Amino acid sequence: MAKEKKGVRLEHISKIYKDPKTGKDFYAVKDADLEITPGSFVTLLGPSGCGKTTTLRMIAGFESPDEGEIYLGGEPINALTPNKRDTAMVFQSYALLPHYNIFDNVAYGLKLRKLDKATIKEKVTNILKLVGLEGMEARMTNQLSGGQQQRVALARALVLEPGVLLFDEPLSNLDAKLRVSMRTEIRRIQQEAGITAIYVTHDQSEAMALSDQIIIMEKGVVAQIGTPQEIYYHPASEFVADFIGEANFLRGTLTGKTGDSGVVNVEGSPVNVVGVQEIEAGKNCTLVLRPESALLADKGQLPCKVIVSCFMGSYQNYHVMVGSTLVKITDFNPKNKKIYQVGDTAWVDFEKENVHVL
Amino acid sequence: MASRQGAALDRKKLLGDPIMVTTIVVLIAFLTLFILYPLAILLVDSVYGQETGLTLSVFQRIFAMKNFRTAITNTLKVGLTVGILSTVVGLLFAYVEVYVKVRTKFMGGLFQVVSMLPVVSPPFVLSLSMIMLFGKAGIITRYLLHIYDNSVYGFGGITVVQTLTFFPVCYMMLKGLLKNIDPSLEEAARDMGASRFKVFTSVTLPLILPGLGNAFLVTFIESIADFANPMIIGGSYDTLATTIYLQITGAYDKQGAAAMAVVLLSITLVMYLVQKYVLEKKTAATLTGKASRARMLIEDRSVTTPLTVLCSLIALFVIMMYICVPFGALFKTWGYDFHLTTKWFVRVFEKYKGLKAFKDSFVLSLIAAPITALLSMIISYLVVKRDFKAKGFIEFVSMLAMAVPGTVLGIGYIRGFVKGVFGTGFLAGLYGSAAILIIVFVIRSLPTGTRSGISALRQIDKSIEESAYDMGANSFKVFMTVTLPLIKDSFLSGLVTAFVRSITAISAIILLVTPEFLLITVQINEFAEKGSYGVACAFATILIAITYGSVLLMNLFIKFFGTSRKFKEDN
Repeated sequence: MAKEKKGVRLEHISKIYKDPKTGKDFYAVKDADLEITPGSFVTLLGPSGCGKTTTLRMIAGFESPDEGEIYLGGEPINALTPNKRDTAMVFQSYALLPHYNIFDNVAYGLKLRKLDKATIKEKVTNILKLVGLEGMEARMTNQLSGGQQQRVALARALVLEPGVLLFDEPLSNLDAKLRVSMRTEIRRIQQEAGITAIYVTHDQSEAMALSDQIIIMEKGVVAQIGTPQEIYYHPASEFVADFIGEANFLRGTLTGKTGDSGVVNVEGSPVNVVGVQEIEAGKNCTLVLRPESALLADKGQLPCKVIVSCFMGSYQNYHVMVGSTLVKITDFNPKNKKIYQVGDTAWVDFEKENVHVL
Repeated sequence: MASRQGAALDRKKLLGDPIMVTTIVVLIAFLTLFILYPLAILLVDSVYGQETGLTLSVFQRIFAMKNFRTAITNTLKVGLTVGILSTVVGLLFAYVEVYVKVRTKFMGGLFQVVSMLPVVSPPFVLSLSMIMLFGKAGIITRYLLHIYDNSVYGFGGITVVQTLTFFPVCYMMLKGLLKNIDPSLEEAARDMGASRFKVFTSVTLPLILPGLGNAFLVTFIESIADFANPMIIGGSYDTLATTIYLQITGAYDKQGAAAMAVVLLSITLVMYLVQKYVLEKKTAATLTGKASRARMLIEDRSVTTPLTVLCSLIALFVIMMYICVPFGALFKTWGYDFHLTTKWFVRVFEKYKGLKAFKDSFVLSLIAAPITALLSMIISYLVVKRDFKAKGFIEFVSMLAMAVPGTVLGIGYIRGFVKGVFGTGFLAGLYGSAAILIIVFVIRSLPTGTRSGISALRQIDKSIEESAYDMGANSFKVFMTVTLPLIKDSFLSGLVTAFVRSITAISAIILLVTPEFLLITVQINEFAEKGSYGVACAFATILIAITYGSVLLMNLFIKFFGTSRKFKEDN
């Protein structure tokens, strides 16, 4: 559907703001260097204040970067105003024009492009069909549910066939169930339209469900770029590991190493690990262990004491102490398994491939 | 930090938008020429003479004048008294409206009338009726109380009239504040054992203290800037505004008048800066919370009865004073002969060129109103929605006009434009033309319009305009297709307010109007001063009818054609 899928390149982009309280300058975005390939779905993910929305608004043209250059489809666009850029944005608040009906909202951009009436009608009708709102043309925006407003906002952006589609936390105002169904919808429509999409969110499951690539940001800096799998299984830092899913951090020392495998001493117990190529023997390191990658057993890698044992339906939730370290474990489908009680001693058991070393 | 290209890029984007740039440049030029320049010329005038060079001798001269010194004391005395009284009465009304269960529809109606009065009333109407009710020939003093030598002229008269004129402004301001207090704060205090009175003094009052200060200063400025009331009811009790007027029209001392204007301006300016930069911020800081739920209204009769009775009495008194004006125009001789007659109205039209006066006032105001409304919406849009360097300047100067007394502006225009800008003859044709009157109307109404425009625009999610911009609309398109339709109601009421303010304006206009134009307000002032109350009342009655009619028309129009209501509920 898109006239031309466009890639986006951010070349060492920075944005500096003044802190209104202290009056000091700080980097809202620092030296972001990104390449977004045409047709891909990329998510900017991070906690609030990490610079993800600022980055998106720089691509849209609402903010100007203080350093670096932004390219859209190979063209530098730093000096272009938002109305001259081949981007279309879906806003967090939907930002539908409240004095227009659905048709006029979707047709607004087309009218500005001076298309003839018949073409506009055809395009609007098609796009409303794509987002599942056919027949609602005459409704006013306040007669729609949140999810429907969301669809109008999406249709309004899509109909312009932009080189890149921008999403600013579009689902954060919807209730949990609708959020899940809308994100599947967004992914389907993006695939069908074959359009480049950049999506800002602080919800990691949204990012996982939608993205080809996730860009994790922390305090204005890009912390990691990768596919959802890469980011989940091979987080580049404790921040990333902690932000995406839940993670246990076990501090230890690499005592021996042969090639890629090694032994790490955690709380007095040796643990076999892989992926220590870049860590020197004798150095401190951190093991990242996902709660669902470990089990409680009568025999395993690390001795522990159970301090919380809680039945959650689909899983049993344990908090155990390994020495002085708290480890969380989720044991799925616990019906026919042994349930450990508070005060029990047990072992934390896991495969060495399920541990990621930082 | 490294090189900052962000600001340069923003500038580049702005320059790529010729309509925006033109608008901003024209605005800055307009505001500078018609607000800053006349004030600056006054300042220069008062310290620089062609023969004397730079000197403070003019100030020495005017401060040596006894009547000027008295005028300063008088002005401050009146301002202080009126400021306090208006704030107290305003608070009373606001408190009753927000906190007290009002039992009858009648009371609700009274409140609405009182809140609408400052909008529709010409400034000196209350002075007129004060004289007619309580003066030597006053109905109440002479006929009901048989007092034959009561003098309403002077401090007392001015104070009463100004208080009744300005307290509705305080009432509106304080009502907004009280509504924003979260009722649970007061409930918590009650719960911990405080009596209602204690709650009022220990919770409510401290919370709105900055707001009270704010209301006081706003009234104070209005009071000392007021020209019409002291002119009519002041008698020999001169205030700064009237002294300046007499200095230029009577003594023909332009330099002296300029220096006096500088003194008056300094007082209002200081008050204004304190109000805007200290108190307004404090008000916002203490009252940010939205009311979590509806307030339990006070039903205790020992509280409600005295408060409502007091309010009703004041409101009825105000209404009686307004009603007195049309009767003044219908009685044969006020105070002596109460036969109904149409002779005053006939005389207005046949002898005193009433039709021309109404036509001139009407046409000039009708031209000024849309200019003002559009200009204030553009300024509000730029201030709220856009970001550029000169934004602070535009906002500051357009609001500054609020602190400039009409008399001061009038003198400034005389000094600044009679011989053209800087005496060069540039724009010399402006003085004495209809254009300068229209410009004065615009400048005088700009702050009110801008203020309501800004608050209307702040209600609208910034991303709505951004989305239009993002879809390819330029600034002009965004303003026309999104901003303006969304604040249609505010625009309409701005239009009517500007019209009403213009048609009832007098202080600056009386200095600038030439015999070519007859303005109603100037006529009323003239006849009231002469003591021809019948004619003055006839003029005033028709004026009130016009202003009241346009407000009614606006409300009807908004009710049936205002779009905002339809989507406001949801947002």
